[in-house]
Amino acid sequence: MNYTFDFTPIFQAWGLLAQGAWATVYISAISMALGLVFGIVLTALRMAPLAPLRAFAIGYIELVRNTPFLVQVFFIYFGMPELGLRLNAMEAAILTMTLNCSAYIAEIVRSGVESIRPGQIEAGKALGLSTPDVYRFIVFRPAIRAVYPSLCSQFVLMMLNTSLVASISAQELTYAAQMIDNRTFRSFEVYFVLGAIYLVLSQLFSVGLSMIGRVYFSYPTK
Amino acid sequence: MIRTFGFPELLFILDGAKWTVLMSLAAFLFGGLLGLLVALARTSKIRPARFLALCYIQLFQGTPLLIQLFIVYFGLPIIGIRVELWLALITGLSLHASGFLAEIWRGSIQAVPEGQTEAARALGLGYISRMRDVVLPQAFRISLPATVGFMVNLVKGTALAALLGLTELTRAGQLMSNITFEPLKVYATVGLVYFAICLPLTLVSSRLERRLNARG
Amino acid sequence: MSQTTIHMNDVNKWFGTMHVLRDINLTVNKGEHLVLCGPSGSGKSTLIRCINALEEIQGGTIEVNGNVLGKKGANVDHVRRDVGMVFQQFNLFPHLTVLQNCMLAPRRIHRISEAEAKDKAMHFLEQVHIAEHGHKYPAQLSGGQQQRVAIARALCMGPQIMLFDEPTSALDPEMVKEVLDTMVGLADQGITMICVTHEMGFARAVAHRVIFMDRGEIIETAPPTEFFGNPQHERTRAFLSQILNH
Ligand SMILES: Nc1ncnc2c1ncn2[C@@H]1O[C@H](COP(=O)(O)OP(=O)(O)OP(=O)(O)O)[C@@H](O)[C@H]1O
Ligand SMILES: [Mg+2]
Repeated sequence: MNYTFDFTPIFQAWGLLAQGAWATVYISAISMALGLVFGIVLTALRMAPLAPLRAFAIGYIELVRNTPFLVQVFFIYFGMPELGLRLNAMEAAILTMTLNCSAYIAEIVRSGVESIRPGQIEAGKALGLSTPDVYRFIVFRPAIRAVYPSLCSQFVLMMLNTSLVASISAQELTYAAQMIDNRTFRSFEVYFVLGAIYLVLSQLFSVGLSMIGRVYFSYPTK
Repeated sequence: MIRTFGFPELLFILDGAKWTVLMSLAAFLFGGLLGLLVALARTSKIRPARFLALCYIQLFQGTPLLIQLFIVYFGLPIIGIRVELWLALITGLSLHASGFLAEIWRGSIQAVPEGQTEAARALGLGYISRMRDVVLPQAFRISLPATVGFMVNLVKGTALAALLGLTELTRAGQLMSNITFEPLKVYATVGLVYFAICLPLTLVSSRLERRLNARG
Repeated sequence: MSQTTIHMNDVNKWFGTMHVLRDINLTVNKGEHLVLCGPSGSGKSTLIRCINALEEIQGGTIEVNGNVLGKKGANVDHVRRDVGMVFQQFNLFPHLTVLQNCMLAPRRIHRISEAEAKDKAMHFLEQVHIAEHGHKYPAQLSGGQQQRVAIARALCMGPQIMLFDEPTSALDPEMVKEVLDTMVGLADQGITMICVTHEMGFARAVAHRVIFMDRGEIIETAPPTEFFGNPQHERTRAFLSQILNH
């Protein structure tokens, strides 16, 4: 082994990496928020009293969960223009991420809702609350709390998934690294540093999310 | 010059699926063997072993698969191992799988009631026999739904090989998309092939899960 | 002279193929206190759950304050507004404080202001002697305290009828009394009450009529003195000897 490691050109390009890291955080945060909203809508459809709505939700969720994210990205970015939907790389990235996230989130949220004792829902109904109110004010928070750890690890996986949108030239962290690689030909060093940055990002996401959880779910349970 | 998306193009894509299946199986096999060792280390009584296993798992769960593949691909030559692309990819995917499977199996091993280990110890069984004959068979049953679920992730993960240039399913799609200019049809087809591979696994996984929950 | 508030006419209910309520006929007058008892699985819970439409019925009619509970949810909202319910497992909402538990439904349904809802909640929490715990979460209260909060929460909606489904049977023995005392106090105010309970002391003290159910049927209905002193039916006697002997 007579390879000499040289990390200097990579550290010299720290500005690019910082920009890329910021874009990664930005794409992830937006897609997670939108994905959460759509995921909850999907959960509602998944549990709706009308069979066609349920079938649609199940079909969507399984289609997304059983195909690679990368293919979904290509489908949206290269395929959608055929249907007249022309998106730039960043838009395509965020749209695909959101669509992808929502399916996984829907599955997690559903199991949260199913963990709520029926007595809670009955108590709400007995008080005269409408079904939407029962879910919004009574079921929602305890349901999310029950699955919060899986939700968080899903969020971290999604953040790591954003590395794939570099393949359509969406300018995030991996894209920035690839530019540095093209300039310096220090491939191993570049991806080594890149991996380290992602590792830090994923730890930060974990800590951040669990802090949010501690605030939002601060009520005591037995 | 421009071809339409027809039967030969479909065949080309299906041919790519061979690589997808092969890489998935190989990565599951090698990753499983390595993952089992890591899981045992993670649940062992030796502190440094537990700590190292924890770091190992965190490393693979805290970085993108794509970067793991790049590091292996560019790193192998540095440590003097020159291999073909497909071998490098299988190595990377196996390492990735070992990290995730180790974590799944750690959970399952710890889900086996403590009393089982104690009873085995009371019978005078040593570590190897305790694990092989008592704990692992039970942990295996508990881990089955998640393990099969992870196989789905692994199949999807092989798509990343396309970005390093191996003509598996996704890259076959890219190539066909480039010559037919019909990306919508091509990627829909590619997606459906993945779906056809993954859905049965997903169904088996959720069925196993229901059976496990029913037994309590 | 006395006004009918609940009228059940030939009510039948099945769970799948299991016939759980058989030709139930029951009329409850305003201000009346009923105690419902019977062996496990006899259909007591199901009967009172039908009254506020937590269960659908397959035959007969139920009329509550002039609103007929038809099939498929007709009039459910009207009926639930008039009927409060207290469950065996309290069913307080764990993520809301005691006060928030009491304020949620009045705010959403009566659309009253936060201040007004809070006043009302405090009023009923005082009535059940738990006002000082208003800012605690359910998990921080004892079972008896939780059940009293559940009663206050139901009262905040101003119901004319209160249903109780074994309100004391999930409680440790030392907490049963505080909940029963609260219920006696409520009875003294003249609200209509139907209680599923095996607390026979409570039945003697407040019930106008005791109803014995077995296998989905009402077997016997009588004022407490007659019911306990001179039960008519063999099955009632067997049941009473069982629960009074332990
Ligand atoms: N949701 C349900 N689905 C199917 N069967 C049910 C359901 N709820 C109750 N049952 C059955 O209906 C019958 C009556 O139940 P119910 O809960 O009304 O009895 P109960 O008199 O309240 O008994 P307990 O004293 O145990 O509370 C029982 O045989 C019970 O198993
Ligand atoms: Mg009952």
